[in-house]
Amino acid sequence: MSTASVPLPNWITYGLIPLLNLIVAFLISGLVVWFIGESPLDALVLLLQGALGSGEGIGFTLYYATSFIFTGLSVAVAIHAGLFNIGSEGQAYVGGLGCALVALTLDHYVPWYVTMPFAVIGAAIFGALWAFIPAWLQAKRGSHVVITTIMFNFIASAMMNFLLVHILIVPGKMAPETRTFLEGGQLPKLGWLMDMFGSTIGAAPLNVSFLIALVMCFLVWVLVWRTKLGYEMRTLGLSPTAAVYAGIPYARTVIIAMLLSGGLAGMMALNPVMGASARLQVEFVLGAGFVGIAVSLMGRNHPLGIIVAAILFGILYQGGDALSFDMPNITRDMIVVIQGLVILFAGALEYMFRPALVRIYQTFART
Amino acid sequence: MDYYDLLISILGSTIRLSIPLIFTALAGLFSERAGIFDIGLEGKMLASAFAAACVASISGSPWAGLGAGIVVSVVVGLLHGFASITNRGNQIVSGVAINFLMAGLTIVLGQAWFGQGGRTPTLAATARFSGITLPGADAIRDVPFIGPLYANVISGNNILTYLAFLTVPISWWILYRTRFGLRLRAVGENPGAVDTAGISVEWLRYRSLIAAGILCGFSGTYLAIAQSAAFINNMSAGKGYIALAALIFAKWKPVPVMFTCLLFGFLDAFANFMQGKAVPGIGEVPVQIFQALPYILTCILLAGFIGVAKPPKAGGVPYTKER
Repeated sequence: MSTASVPLPNWITYGLIPLLNLIVAFLISGLVVWFIGESPLDALVLLLQGALGSGEGIGFTLYYATSFIFTGLSVAVAIHAGLFNIGSEGQAYVGGLGCALVALTLDHYVPWYVTMPFAVIGAAIFGALWAFIPAWLQAKRGSHVVITTIMFNFIASAMMNFLLVHILIVPGKMAPETRTFLEGGQLPKLGWLMDMFGSTIGAAPLNVSFLIALVMCFLVWVLVWRTKLGYEMRTLGLSPTAAVYAGIPYARTVIIAMLLSGGLAGMMALNPVMGASARLQVEFVLGAGFVGIAVSLMGRNHPLGIIVAAILFGILYQGGDALSFDMPNITRDMIVVIQGLVILFAGALEYMFRPALVRIYQTFART
Repeated sequence: MDYYDLLISILGSTIRLSIPLIFTALAGLFSERAGIFDIGLEGKMLASAFAAACVASISGSPWAGLGAGIVVSVVVGLLHGFASITNRGNQIVSGVAINFLMAGLTIVLGQAWFGQGGRTPTLAATARFSGITLPGADAIRDVPFIGPLYANVISGNNILTYLAFLTVPISWWILYRTRFGLRLRAVGENPGAVDTAGISVEWLRYRSLIAAGILCGFSGTYLAIAQSAAFINNMSAGKGYIALAALIFAKWKPVPVMFTCLLFGFLDAFANFMQGKAVPGIGEVPVQIFQALPYILTCILLAGFIGVAKPPKAGGVPYTKER
């Protein structure tokens, strides 16, 4: 019997192994910092201070985390159905169009809390539509969803560039972006949430979409573990042949899972577009769709894990900004390195330590 | 300017833009034919471009740069192998990780070493692969029709360009006429059969990744020290993914790979040329349409509307011996 099939207790599989993977990823990042002649410990302290040392820092951290929760959920929902959605980036970008169109239409007439539900729906529908074609191609024509979603990221980028440069741009302005939304199209900041903890939010763009993200976490948990559809998705993810044999409709389940995934990715746009900048800008997603992959892998595709992982990446993003300010030798791109290492160790090398752990566990279990 | 001169200049830039695609798509061909999905082409290109630019700027020799580019790209390929062959990790996740790692690492290291925001110092002409004038190019230049084609499109390219076109038949020969190629294709279709024949699936797949690494080394080097004179942040700019699209569009076959890359290169060159120009009767065609066209074409092909693209059967599945 190979070591891969030896059962291990849950706390090792869901606690220790991810933690070990994460520690190795951070150790190697530390080595990179050390290699370019800075102290990894100093860097860590600066990073944590920048991210958590002030109300404003925490506000920025949670702002980034909000986007990552949405994209992390997006990737996770697809993974539960056995689909690897690399297209969250493009789906979020197109979702931005949906929520911007709603905001641009309604902001003259109604207050933000009326605009918000429509914007949520608009963003979700546009994101879901962008996921629909790859989903349909996978379900009906057998083209691999990984490849088509990659292609759709690029197509989304070209399409949105075209729209922003030629159609949505404010006449007479140079910057390819829409007009600034009025108050009726802006999501209010969560200043009161920070006040509750006795600190001030400052310039941080933490906004109501953070709460929407938390609600979505709960809804995804209900969907995946408490509904028939979720059960069908998970069955499909574990074994497509068994699922089909059991009478679960393959095409329908694949398409619904991808629509949900795309919708969640699209909703990420609420945070930067309506929450932070109050306008639709070129490339506003800034890689959050790809961070979602790391977040989902690290959080083991569970909403709770995703919240923790998203906050961790929020700390990295905000702390990384502060760090690059204090240590000019370390650029912001160090975050991308850490992100890559997290994906590598938490995703691709997930079970590297498993055989060793099995051996250790068996030694201890016997005594 | 008459139309023929225009055509010549577009063809010239088509060749220049196609070369990195040809090398990279052939790299993907070796790896995917052996059953290893290679999303990390982009990362390998970036890593080798950075290594080539660094070493060329320190040593002043383009050949040393090429060597470094190849070595680094092979090492990245081995990392992909370690994750997806030895540890049976998800090949796509591993490829995505490599793309991130290299996108970040090249800028972090570049900034730390050269302090120019991730750029490497501009190379002197002697540290680059510069254009080679083929014999008779100047003599024939004024001959109508053939002259400009020979002098400005076929002649005057750097050595890597000619090498790229040479790599196509070589790859074909390796894949279809050698024992290694036969086994490589077999391991991508049915690794169990190869294993039963007593050949190591793992070692074969590692060798296919090494071959892919070498080819990506050429493409990265081309970007950094043949086409440009320095490494610039994220200079592969999605070319790894276009090459992946080209590979699929060419249905995982070497000669069609070359033609697809030339087609995608032509679209790119044509888009650059058309920027800000109006087509009679239609008006200005947005450049974004040309940018999106390779991806749209690939999706249409994948959907089976223009022929069927059938990937190697065992692609993406790690091989487990005991079953």
